[in-house]
Amino acid sequence: MTNRSNTHSGRIGEKFRELATRREPALIPYIVAGDPGLEHTRRLVLELEARGADLIELGVPFSDPMADGPANQRAAARGLAAGATLPAILAMVTELRRTTQVPLILFGYFNPILRYGCDRLCADAARAGLDGLLVVDLPPEEARELARPARAAGLDIIYLLAPTTPLERSRVIARSASGFLYYVSVTGVTGARARIATDLAARLSELRTVTDLPIGVGFGISTPAQAREVAAFADAVVVGSAISQLIETHAGSDRLVEVVGDFAAALKAAMRTARDGGGAAVSA
Amino acid sequence: MQNLPDSRGRFGDFGGRYVAETLMPALFDLEKAYQEARRDPRFRADLKRYAAEYVGRPTPLFLCANLTARCAGAKIYLKREDLCHTGAHKVNNTLGQALLAVRMGKPRITAETGAGQHGVATATMAALFKRECEVFMGSVDVERQSLNVFRMKLLGAKVTPVDAGSRSLKDALNEALRDWIATVRDTYYLIGTAAGPHPYPMIVRDFQAVIGRETRRQIVAHEGRLPDVIIACVNGGSNAIGIFYPFIKDLAVRLVGVEAAGLGISGPMHAATLTAGQVGVLHGNRTYLLQDEMGQVRETHSIAAGLDYPGVGPEHAWLKDSGRASYAAVTDAEALEALRLLSECEGIIPALESSHAVAYALKLAPTLPRDQVIVVNLSGRGDKDMQTVAQAFGVTL
Repeated sequence: MTNRSNTHSGRIGEKFRELATRREPALIPYIVAGDPGLEHTRRLVLELEARGADLIELGVPFSDPMADGPANQRAAARGLAAGATLPAILAMVTELRRTTQVPLILFGYFNPILRYGCDRLCADAARAGLDGLLVVDLPPEEARELARPARAAGLDIIYLLAPTTPLERSRVIARSASGFLYYVSVTGVTGARARIATDLAARLSELRTVTDLPIGVGFGISTPAQAREVAAFADAVVVGSAISQLIETHAGSDRLVEVVGDFAAALKAAMRTARDGGGAAVSA
Repeated sequence: MQNLPDSRGRFGDFGGRYVAETLMPALFDLEKAYQEARRDPRFRADLKRYAAEYVGRPTPLFLCANLTARCAGAKIYLKREDLCHTGAHKVNNTLGQALLAVRMGKPRITAETGAGQHGVATATMAALFKRECEVFMGSVDVERQSLNVFRMKLLGAKVTPVDAGSRSLKDALNEALRDWIATVRDTYYLIGTAAGPHPYPMIVRDFQAVIGRETRRQIVAHEGRLPDVIIACVNGGSNAIGIFYPFIKDLAVRLVGVEAAGLGISGPMHAATLTAGQVGVLHGNRTYLLQDEMGQVRETHSIAAGLDYPGVGPEHAWLKDSGRASYAAVTDAEALEALRLLSECEGIIPALESSHAVAYALKLAPTLPRDQVIVVNLSGRGDKDMQTVAQAFGVTL
């Protein structure tokens, strides 16, 4: 099965191809922009990259984060309080691009984007150096007004697949996606879970029958052990709420950036061992 | 006028299904189940029987002779939804959707609520049809509406206070959606207004349209013709769309929705979404929203807890843009005055929400000739508001 229509040429695609040659799963940390301040976010991005992050999701804080659990809700509230508006986030990304080429994905809800203007957002995001957009409440059926300018600007649109998504629908979604597919590992909102869904490996191998795109897995992965478990069969592991929680705990500390970096390093180290002993072979 | 929504769940540019992927398959299932149910004579017979024997339909259409004389203008009729079981029109929708939940075999029903009216109407149906019930309610509202919280618990529902965000209706809706994302396989999410992702605005409208169908029959019996003006309060807009919908093709009938101007729409303390909002996406649908210039949703104010939401149903957004309906706004003070007047003149204590529609009728009637006819949808009764009203009038209970 091939996806000729959405071969990915940007930083996201390059990164996955590079990792695939080493049979290495990608670590994708998620942080809410402006949590606890935009300068922290800038430093966190650099530190995360230095400590093993392969791609980074930057959350755009929204007043009504309907798909987020308590940790990310509070992170969004801190980001809003710190003034992390889309213009401010884009300015920070422009600044970051002077020093890093790590693929950056804007992750958020549709209303702030709609208010900014879909065409304008895509043009400005590409100019600032963003690589992809993931809009939680914008399924492919509603995405046309954003997907068209995104494609024109060379931005990947990353879609979610859920445990409730039938395979036939996954096939249709995969056709309009680019960059990678994001499989939501739990039927639920973001946030730490005690264990990884038992059917995850089976679901991913089923999905690989309908797409050649890399598949990242997120929602509910909060520890190095869980990241290792998922990395055995996923092309990427997204960790969000656990980092939001860590940022909350250390928000007032000088060591915030270092602590988050240590956590990313632990996640990545665990993931590197995932395919050494008995993990399923993966071709991305 | 074409039949809306279209196959994409759109009313013109409004509506749609802006939800996380986890919920998309559930929305397709719900749409399919609903389309099957509405064509099933047994479902329709059940709905009709419960509406008559349990809810108390048809509700009367009452000519307010005293109020009409006082206004010295158009005749004012009230559609008495306040006489429905549980005290408001909300039950028309919860009955229909609960029957749908039973048909779909869902053992658990959830709902959001602001003032508690929809929560009570949902808990009522859950009791009747033996379903587990959980109602999400902002913690500020839980405190303000302790009577309705007690009613819901008495009916066997679990009431979960929501501490996130502004801790009111919008946050209760967020939390109900979060719960549904996690429980979608066995839970029927019973939304309380004609908003949310498709197919909810259509389903809620269809179950509330009984108000307009009865009104049509009743006004023709009274007056031998259709009314000149229909007035209803609007926030999510379920009572308004319910009475408007059967008249949409009758272009000579003016449809007026009345929003909550709170302390005045020049400031931030109101909930007049169609009057002062901009197009946006919230809670699964594209519609008008009260929001800031960065697309963050604003907090709202109305003395009527049931009008205190920053969005509006997508069909109202379309009716506004197409010019088929017009929307006005009435302040807290005007609504309170209308509540007092209707109580004194007609012996009917309206809900604060419905008082907004009455207030607009009181402004409009004197400007119209005596042969004109106004119908006001009296969507609920005022019992639940006595604490708030007493406080506003400076009375300690």
